[in-house]
Amino acid sequence: MRMTKTLSLIALLGLTGSAVWAQKSAVQSIEEYRLMLQDGNPADLFEAKGEALWKQKRGPKNASLEQCDLGKGPGVFKGAFVELPRFFADTNRVQDMESRLLTCMETLQGLNAAEIAKTPFGRGEQNNVTALATWLAAESKDKKFNLSQSHPQEKVFYEVGKRLFFQRAGAHDFSCASCHGQDNTRIRLQDLPNLTKNPGDGIGFAAWPAYRVSNGQMWGMQQRLNDCYRQQRFPYPGFGSDATIALGVYLGVNSKGSASIAPAIKR
Amino acid sequence: MADPMRIRAQAAGDKTTVRVLMAHEMEGGQRKDAAGKIVPAWYIQEVTATHNGKTVLTAEWGPAVSKNPFLQFVVKGAKAGDKIAVNWKDNKGDTRSDEATVS
Repeated sequence: MRMTKTLSLIALLGLTGSAVWAQKSAVQSIEEYRLMLQDGNPADLFEAKGEALWKQKRGPKNASLEQCDLGKGPGVFKGAFVELPRFFADTNRVQDMESRLLTCMETLQGLNAAEIAKTPFGRGEQNNVTALATWLAAESKDKKFNLSQSHPQEKVFYEVGKRLFFQRAGAHDFSCASCHGQDNTRIRLQDLPNLTKNPGDGIGFAAWPAYRVSNGQMWGMQQRLNDCYRQQRFPYPGFGSDATIALGVYLGVNSKGSASIAPAIKR
Repeated sequence: MADPMRIRAQAAGDKTTVRVLMAHEMEGGQRKDAAGKIVPAWYIQEVTATHNGKTVLTAEWGPAVSKNPFLQFVVKGAKAGDKIAVNWKDNKGDTRSDEATVS
């Protein structure tokens, strides 16, 4: 009698033990979900649109963007994305991919850059900027980030970006570091990368532009950073603002040596 | 004019896996805009796929299908070099056809 009781107890323990082992962690389930999405990333559609826009003659000057200088000389776009933001002598500014595209759209095509920068995300020409950035990022896929820090302005932007990253303010007394300053944290089911150091291949700065499945939108880094500020209840820094570009420099320099997987797919 | 689809068709043995990405808003007709007015429904209703001109798939879709939908199916007997064409028609009567060669 005692014998059977012990045996059944062992059997029961064995059963619960295996059930625990078989259960997937939340992170594993999300990974599986991402893998399923990966195959049909709608970012492909934006990539195709961006490539067509690059070659298409548009604007008052009826010109294409094929002579746009993204930092590696006019018309050189392969590998340009992983070296941005950087300092540009012609505009005397540190620029990221999206703000540099605006410069090219103005100088080459005659479009009004200030007007486009003021356009809300997801409307009109902003959609074209995002599509162009998506395609250009895809042309540097799997390449490793290597941002220049040789120009004094680039160093200044890194330091400014770092300060902004840790600056706590707003109704919630939040900083970027409140969410992205520690290892192994998450909000609900979202992993939060630690962006104060190199987060690794395809994480953080190396994962944008990305397609967001939940709202069906393609987002560039500018929209991502501006949305971080919205979530912190900060005033809107604006498209291509020095603040968001400085943060881009900080994140980009921290990601040195990590491979870009953009365009990525997000929940 | 709607944006083009992305179609990939990969043969393995006697089966070909076709992956299609369609660019479409797929508005369900339930949402309201900032002014409180209902955003009119706008979604793909009919999808057909052909293999060398012969229909191999027809589907009736509704408003529950996601934005920029992804469709994957397997065609038996399709070989490398064959043509796979996909066509959709939405509730506004707009259509789009694209073709891919099986690789």
